[in-house]
Amino acid sequence: MSDIEKHEDEGSKAFDPRLTRRLLGYLRPHRLRASASVLLVIVASLFEIAGPAITAVAIDLFVKPAGAKPLGVSRQVGEWLAGHGIVLDALTGINFAAGVYLFVLTGGFIVLYSQMVLMNLMGQYIMFDLRKQIFSHLQRLDVQYFDRNPVGRLMTRVTTDVDALNDLFTAGFVAIFGDIFVLAGIIGVLFWMNWRLALVLFSITPFIILVSIWFRRGARITYRAVRARIAAINAFLQEHISGMSTVQLFNREDKEAEKFGGLNARHRDANVDAIFYYAVFYPLIELIETVGLALIVWYGGGKVIQGTLSVGALVAFFQYSQRFYQPISDLSEKYNILQAAMAASERIFKLLDTPVKIKDEGTLTAGTLESVEFRNVWFAYNEGGPRAEGQGPREEVGEAQPDWVLKNVSFRVNRGERVALVGHTGAGKTTVTALLLRFYEPQRGEILINGIAIREYSLEALRRLFAIVQQDFFLFTGNIADNISLGDASISPDTIRTAARRVQADRFISRLPEGYASVVRERGAGLSVGEKQLLSFARALAFNPPVLILDEATSSIDTETELLIQEAIQTLLEGRTSLVIAHRLSTIRSADTILVFHHGEIRERGTHEELMAHEGLYRRLYEIQYREAVVA
Amino acid sequence: MTPFRRLTHYFSLYKTRLALGALCVIGSALFSLLKPVIIGSAVNALTTGFTRAMLVKYGLMLIGAAAVEGIFLYLQRWIIIVASRHMEYDMRNDFYGHLQKLPLRFYQEQRTGDLMSRATNDLASVRMLIGPAVMHSFSSLLVVGGSFVMMLRIAPSMAFISLLAVPVVAGLVKYFGARIHNRTKAVQDYFGDISARVQENLAGVRVVRAFTREQSEIDTFQRMNTEYVARNRSLIRLTSTFYPALHMLVGLMFVFVFWVGSRKLVAGTMSLGDFVAFQFYLGRMIWPLIALGWVINLFQRGMASMKRLHEVWSVEPDTDSAGALDVRPRGDLEIRHLTFAYGDRPVLRDINLEVRHGQTIGIVGRTGSGKSTLLALITRAFVPPPGTVFLDGRPIEAISMRQLREWIGMVPQETFLFSESIAENIRFGRAEATDEEVQESADQAGLTTDVAGFPQGLKTVIGERGITLSGGQKQRTAIARALVRDPHILILDDSLSAVDTHTEERILNALRTIRKGRTALIVSHRVSSVKDADHIIVLDDGRIVERGTHEALVEKGGYYADLYRRQTIEDELEEIA
Repeated sequence: MSDIEKHEDEGSKAFDPRLTRRLLGYLRPHRLRASASVLLVIVASLFEIAGPAITAVAIDLFVKPAGAKPLGVSRQVGEWLAGHGIVLDALTGINFAAGVYLFVLTGGFIVLYSQMVLMNLMGQYIMFDLRKQIFSHLQRLDVQYFDRNPVGRLMTRVTTDVDALNDLFTAGFVAIFGDIFVLAGIIGVLFWMNWRLALVLFSITPFIILVSIWFRRGARITYRAVRARIAAINAFLQEHISGMSTVQLFNREDKEAEKFGGLNARHRDANVDAIFYYAVFYPLIELIETVGLALIVWYGGGKVIQGTLSVGALVAFFQYSQRFYQPISDLSEKYNILQAAMAASERIFKLLDTPVKIKDEGTLTAGTLESVEFRNVWFAYNEGGPRAEGQGPREEVGEAQPDWVLKNVSFRVNRGERVALVGHTGAGKTTVTALLLRFYEPQRGEILINGIAIREYSLEALRRLFAIVQQDFFLFTGNIADNISLGDASISPDTIRTAARRVQADRFISRLPEGYASVVRERGAGLSVGEKQLLSFARALAFNPPVLILDEATSSIDTETELLIQEAIQTLLEGRTSLVIAHRLSTIRSADTILVFHHGEIRERGTHEELMAHEGLYRRLYEIQYREAVVA
Repeated sequence: MTPFRRLTHYFSLYKTRLALGALCVIGSALFSLLKPVIIGSAVNALTTGFTRAMLVKYGLMLIGAAAVEGIFLYLQRWIIIVASRHMEYDMRNDFYGHLQKLPLRFYQEQRTGDLMSRATNDLASVRMLIGPAVMHSFSSLLVVGGSFVMMLRIAPSMAFISLLAVPVVAGLVKYFGARIHNRTKAVQDYFGDISARVQENLAGVRVVRAFTREQSEIDTFQRMNTEYVARNRSLIRLTSTFYPALHMLVGLMFVFVFWVGSRKLVAGTMSLGDFVAFQFYLGRMIWPLIALGWVINLFQRGMASMKRLHEVWSVEPDTDSAGALDVRPRGDLEIRHLTFAYGDRPVLRDINLEVRHGQTIGIVGRTGSGKSTLLALITRAFVPPPGTVFLDGRPIEAISMRQLREWIGMVPQETFLFSESIAENIRFGRAEATDEEVQESADQAGLTTDVAGFPQGLKTVIGERGITLSGGQKQRTAIARALVRDPHILILDDSLSAVDTHTEERILNALRTIRKGRTALIVSHRVSSVKDADHIIVLDDGRIVERGTHEALVEKGGYYADLYRRQTIEDELEEIA
C-alpha cells in the first residue's frame, strides 16, 4: 500500500453505515454459514467457560476439603443431583466430573474447529466473489481508465484491499461475537457464584481497559512510525541499488552510507520506542491480574472464613480471573481492523462504481466486410472523462482544451485493399487503429463499417473483424500455443500450428525444449525480438480476421530474421483487407493507397509512384526512413 | 567465515548487555515461580482456619512478587530486544556498506528486488533469531524447568506425567508451525501468480480487448481464483486444527491434574493449597512450552536468512589499487589494443585511441556497437585488461578507483537521479559545492528557465514525492551534476538525446567554453553533438570503422556521412508545421 493510501486509512471511520450496508450485501449469499458461525461461536464460548465451574462444583461436592460447605452454584447442582436421586461417592463423583470436563473439552475442540473452518471459508468465498467482481469490471472499463490509473494501483484493489476485507469478515465480524460471549459468560458465571466477589474482581477491569487502550494506541503510533521508516529504508535501497553505479561513479559511498545509517538509526529508534510499550504492557497487565488474585485472596478468603463462599468457588474465581483479560484485549484490537476495512471497501466500491463510457449497446454483426471508413474524424485524448482517483491538481491545467491528435481525418478502405499509414512518430497513426477498435470514441466525425457507424455493432462483432499486430508484442506468461490462440478454445491446435508454419515461426518453436508447450516467461523474456514478432504474426493469422491491422516494428534485427519477417508479412497480407502502419519499404510500395500523416492530419495520399512524383512530405520521409533499405 | 561465525561476531559486540539481560530473565523467572506458592499457602490456610489479617499479608506478598517480577520482565525485554535492534542496525549498515563496494558486474546479475528483500525481510528474520528467539528460549527453559522442580516438590508422580506434555506441546507447535509456514508460503506464492496474471492482464489491456479475450481472461482468472481458495482451504484446515488442538491439549493436562489431584485430595495425600498451586504451575508452563516450539521455527528461519545474507557478504569486491597520483593529472588519455568481452561475447576489438589534454573526442555508432562499454572501461565500472588504458601515461589499474573517479565527471546514458531536490542532485557531484556553484552548473546545463517554473526553484524535490522531470530536464540535471565536479575528464554518454535541438545547441555552446583545458568524450546518436569535436570515431560491432574530423568524415561518405545527411533532412521536417 502506498504512503498516500496509508494516510487515507488514518482518516477513515471505523464504522460507516452506507459502506457497512453494502458490505453486508456480500454476506447475504453466505448467510447460512454466517449464522452457523455465530451460533457455533456462542457454543464454543459456553464450552470455554465451563471448565472452572466444573472444578468448583467437584471440589465442593466431592472433594469436600476441611471446612468446605457446598454453597451457591455447587449447592444448586448438589440439590439437583439429589432431587434426581443421583447419589455419588467422592471417587465416582470425581470420575464423573472429570468425564464431564473431558466431554466439554472434546466438544469444545469440535465446535471450535468447525467454527474456524466455517468462518474462514466464508471469508474465502466472499473474497472469491469480490475478486471476481472487481476483475470482471476491470475487463469492461474503458481503455482510457487504464491510461489514467497506473497498473500498480489497480492491482492493489484486487489484492491488498480485498485482503483487508477478509480480515473484516473473519477476524473482525464473527470474532467480535466470540469475545463478547466469552466475556459475558465469565461475568455471568461469576455473578451467579458470588456477586459481591465478582464486583470486587471486576473493579480491576477499568485498569485493564485503560492499559490496553494506552498500549494499543502507543503500539499503533509506533507501528506506523516503524512502517514509515522501513518504507524509507526500502525506498533508499531501491534507489541506491538501481543507481549503485552512479553512487560509485561520483565517489559518494561514504556520504550515502552515512545517509543510510541515518535512516537505519531512525528505524531502530522507532522500534525501540515500540519495545517500550511492549516492555511496559505485559508486566503491567500481569501486575493488574495479580492484584485481581490478591483481591480474591483477601476478599474471597474472608468470605470463605465467614462461610458465605465455597472453597470450590474460590478456586474457580482464581481460574476465571486468568481468562478474563484476553477477550478485553482482543476487542480493543478490532477497531483497527474495522478502520482498515472501511477504507479498503471505500476504494473498492469506487472502482466498481466507475461507469463504463464506451457502452456495448450495438447489436449488429458485420457479415462480409465491404468497407472501413473514417469520415471527418477529430480526436483528442484529454477531453472530459472521469478523473483518475488520487490525481493531483497538477494535471488539471492540461484539461482545459483538447489537444487534437487527429484533425479532420477521412479515408476509406474497400474490401481487399491495402492502405499504408506513414508519418512521424506521434503523427496520429496508432490512434487511428485505437479508434477503429473503439478503444476510444472520437469527439467529432464518424467511423463506419459497411457504411454503418461502428457503435451500431456489438463490441465483440466489431473487434472480431480485426486482428491487430502491435509494435509492442505483448506476450503473456503461458505456453507458446496459448500465446498464439490467446486461450480461445475455438482455435484448434492444428490451426495454431498451421498459422505458426505459415509465418515460419515453427522453426524456432520446434527448437524450444517443449515445442508449442514451452512456457514463455514474463513479457516474453528469453525470446528474441524477431521471435516475438513472428509469434504475434502467428497470433493474427490464427484468428483469421477479415481485416488485418499491422503496426510494423522499427527495431533493428539481424538480416536473416528480417528476411523471415518480410516473408511473413507478405503471407499475412495476402488477399486480405489491411491497414498498415508501415516502416518497411516493401510493405509501403505494394499498398493501394498511402496516407501521409503529419501532426494529426492527412497531408498527402496516393500510391508510392504518385507521391514520389512531387516534392512533398512523403518524398522527404522516404529519404530518411527508407533509403537505407534501398541501399541494402 | 561461516554464517554462524558472522552471527556470533555481532553477539560479541553486545555481550555485557546480553549478560545483564540474562540475569533479568533469571530474576523474572524466579519471581514468577513464587506466586503459586503464595496462593497455595493462602488456600491451605483457609481450609485450616485463619484470620483476616493474614489474608491481607498474602495479598500484599502476591502483589509484591508480581511487582518485582514485572520490573525484571520489563528490564529483560528492554535490554535484550533493544540490543537485538542495535545488532540489526549494525548488520544492515554493514550489509549496505558491503553492497556499495560491489562492482557493476554484480548488479547486472542480481535483481534489485532480491537484494532489497535480503536487506529487509531476511534481516528481520535474523533479528527475530537474535532477539525474541534467544530471549524466549532462555526464559522458557527456565520457567518450564523451574515449574517442574516446584511441581516435583508438590507431587512427583503428577509432575512427571505433566512433563510428558513438554515434548507433545513443543512437538505439536513445531510440527504445525512448520507446516502452517509452508502452506502459508504456498498460498502466498500462488497469490503472487495471481497478481502477476492480473498485472499482465491490466498491462496488456489493449491486446485483450483487441482480440476480444475478456471472457476467457475472466475464465482463467476464475480458475486461479478457485485454486487459490482451494489452497487456502488446506491452510485453513491446518490452522483450524492447530489452535483448537493446542487448546484441547492444554485442557487435557488440566483435566488430568484435576482428576489425579482430586483423588489425592480425597485420600488426604495432598492439600487443597498444593492442588491449586500445582494448577498454577501447570498454567505457568503452558505458554513457555508453546513458545519453545515457535522458537525452534524462528531459529530455523533465522539461520536460513543468515545464509542468504552471507551469500552476498561472501561476494568479493573488485581488487583496487592503492596507487595514487600525487599531482592532479593533465588528462591525457590513451587506449592501446583494447579488446574486451562479456564472457565469450566480444564487445570491443582492438581499440586504439589517443586523447590529448584539452581535446574533445566524439564517438558515434549504432546501438550495441560498444560505445558505453568503452566509457565504462575508462571509468573502471568494468575492469579493463591490464596495460590497455592509460591516464597521463600510467596504466589505469595502477590508480585507485576512488581517485580516478574524483577526476571524472560523467553523464551516464541512463540518467539516474535521486528523489531529493534538484540542488541536492546536482550537489551529488561534489558535496562541498556552494549554492553559487550549483546555480552556475545549472545555468551551464541549460536548466535555469525550467527551474524558474518549479514551485521551489532548485530546492524543488523530484521523484514520487515531488515533481516529475521530463527526460530532457533529467539529462540536463545530470549534466549539471557532472559539471559541478569541475572534472578533468568530462564524459557525456548520449546525454542530449531527450533534449530538443534548440536547447541542445545552447548547452553545446556552454560546453564549448567549459571544455577548454579539459579532456572530453562525447558519445551521441546526433551529429550535431559531436561535429565540433577535435576527432570523431565511428564504432561498429566493437571496432573503430571510421575516424577523423567532421569535415573529413562527411567527405568520406560512410556511415557518418549518411547519418549527417539524414539528420539534416529530419531537422528540416521538424520545421514544417
